[in-house]
Amino acid sequence: MAALLELRGVSMAFGGLTCVDRLDLHVDEGEIVSVIGPNGAGKTTLFNLVTGVYEPTEGDIVFEGESIKGLSPHKITQRGIARTFQMLRLFLNMSVRENVMAAAFGHTKAGVLRSMLRTPGMRREEREIRELAEKRLAFFGDRLMGYRWDQPAYSLSYANRRRLEIARATATNPRLLLLDEPAAGMNPKETQEITELIAQLRTEGGYTILVIEHDMHVVEGISDRVVALDHGVKIAEGTFEQVATNPRVVEAYLGTGAMERK
Amino acid sequence: MTEGPRIGQDEWVARSAENIGRHPLLRAADRVPGWARLLLFVVAVALIPLITDDGYINAVVFDTLIFCLLAVGLNVVVGWGGLLDLGYIAFFGVGAYTYAILSSEKFDLHLSSLVVMAICVILGALLGLLVGLPSWRLSGDYLAIVTLFVYQIFISIVTNGHDLFGVDLTGGVNGIANLDPFDLFGIEIVVSKDGIFNSNYVYVALGVFLVVFTALYLVNHSRIGRAWRALREDTLAAELMGMPTDWLKLLAFAFGAAVASLTGSLFASLKVGVFPETFSLTLLITVYAMLILGGVGSQTGAVVGAVVVYVFLEALRDPDVSGWVFYLAALVALVLVVRPRRMIAVVLAATAVFGFVVHAIAGAIDPDWTTSAPPDADAVTRFLDAWVVIPQTPGDAKTIAYIGLIALILLATTVKGIWRWAVLVPTLYLAAFVWENVMSQQPDVTRFVLLGALLVGVMVTRPSGILGERRVEVV
Repeated sequence: MAALLELRGVSMAFGGLTCVDRLDLHVDEGEIVSVIGPNGAGKTTLFNLVTGVYEPTEGDIVFEGESIKGLSPHKITQRGIARTFQMLRLFLNMSVRENVMAAAFGHTKAGVLRSMLRTPGMRREEREIRELAEKRLAFFGDRLMGYRWDQPAYSLSYANRRRLEIARATATNPRLLLLDEPAAGMNPKETQEITELIAQLRTEGGYTILVIEHDMHVVEGISDRVVALDHGVKIAEGTFEQVATNPRVVEAYLGTGAMERK
Repeated sequence: MTEGPRIGQDEWVARSAENIGRHPLLRAADRVPGWARLLLFVVAVALIPLITDDGYINAVVFDTLIFCLLAVGLNVVVGWGGLLDLGYIAFFGVGAYTYAILSSEKFDLHLSSLVVMAICVILGALLGLLVGLPSWRLSGDYLAIVTLFVYQIFISIVTNGHDLFGVDLTGGVNGIANLDPFDLFGIEIVVSKDGIFNSNYVYVALGVFLVVFTALYLVNHSRIGRAWRALREDTLAAELMGMPTDWLKLLAFAFGAAVASLTGSLFASLKVGVFPETFSLTLLITVYAMLILGGVGSQTGAVVGAVVVYVFLEALRDPDVSGWVFYLAALVALVLVVRPRRMIAVVLAATAVFGFVVHAIAGAIDPDWTTSAPPDADAVTRFLDAWVVIPQTPGDAKTIAYIGLIALILLATTVKGIWRWAVLVPTLYLAAFVWENVMSQQPDVTRFVLLGALLVGVMVTRPSGILGERRVEVV
């Protein structure tokens, strides 16, 4: 099966600092791939490259068989790649529902004139956006339901903000979902919940998922394949077992000689 | 669908709206539908010319509507788009000058007002797109500086426009005079009938206001408006959620500029002429003050802010009114500052006694140091003249008193306990002295000082403006 997303020899350098170095990576349709690595390994830079925040200095990024290198971020999102942020970036002063509705911008049409005239098509579209938002929020059980819809996003708890970020990303109707540390800052129960949720996103939502995660329980629970990065270089790839026992990965996390001392 | 919170399930969060601390009256006002509020406002304004044929009042109503339009337009750029635009008044000026050029004796062009207005909207929008371009790379203070520069370019062009590559376009500092009055399908609406302001202009302005307000409201309640607000909250996140932020920024600038330009043409149709100094920085600051007072981001707030600030400024031209406002403001400040509350009465009584004693002493030393009220004066004036020392020739006493007042206010905020009460009494008396001898003589300056006091008062009690929603900063 052809890869949904493919990075071919992608490099990213900021001046003399190379954050991602000739990286090859592919994500197949329907897969859940985890990216692990110590802090500063280039994981978030990888996400920023795929979503178009940065343009790679070298190499090519191919999505659905077409190069997306050099496209502006909103164009890439409209093609079907959506992401969440490690440091939550919600629209804090907008309501929970509006946060999700705003993300439907890319696949809706009504322009200025039609909005002013409130044409039947515009009103239908507006109703559909609202229903879409409510459907996406319903994905999280009763966590983001009912009275919370009209509350400003800043009133949500940390865990709920993370959920809202995922709901907002799915409202762009993506094929590929990039989750940047979805379990960061969550307690064990919530972490367990998010693990199940990611699996559900694939089975019920039909999304292909690329996830950055530090919590190895989550990584073990969800991944079809794990990719380990260090200093922008891929140091291991394979199943969780293969990567977790790979000496280079252990070295990257714990330092030289860790294996021997064990 | 809305269900109440269950026990133990984030009840505080569920009541967030109440916790925000909106006044019960404001919450009741929230339940009135938007169209009803707009209708109420329009009907109320439309009734004013029917109730009074005072030309001054009707002119103030017209100018208030002009400011409402300006504030509502600025709200699109600043309140929704989150783009700090300090060049806003330039677009207002462009509209006014466009009207002046296309509808006056200047080039003997006499286009119909509605045509000129359409041209102004399009021209304003195009210029807005152009001026918005720096917002692609700049934000916040940096964008503000660049747009301020655009304003300066506008001022330079119009003041030197009498010789623009050999063409006299704007008349330079003399401006353009003898503008055509507004005409509706060929019927001219004369500016003044028998020297009295034609109240029909109020209806023209009201019509324009109704159209603009409704159009902006509808755009705000659509995907475009949501995208603008998302852009304001977090530009990068908005871009990554599929919104073309660069285009949306330009669109916000274009909307603001088009409204300002349209307002400019309406404004010019009433005036004898347009001159560069009309489009001053003071005007820009006033419009910003209106928006901030009303609540940035709230369209209704922008209108409320414009009405409050403009009517306030106009009312303060009358020294009697400004005197009342001054003493009222001092009283309110006293109520807000003095604890426990029962001390307010003590301080006031002490100040009154202190005043009479000072007045008696001053009168005994030199009768010229006090003024006695004319016998037909009202009770308040008689009281003030018997209480405040008003020298017939104050001379340097004015300056010394002014500096002394500032020193005493600073002292009153630093000392504690019994000394504070001791300092507060002469401070209040000196404030009254300064008002009667210095400030009330210069209403043109003092009205802005009092506006500043009003702004400070409102912003302390409601930091997000009268109708603004509480905001949290994105960190």
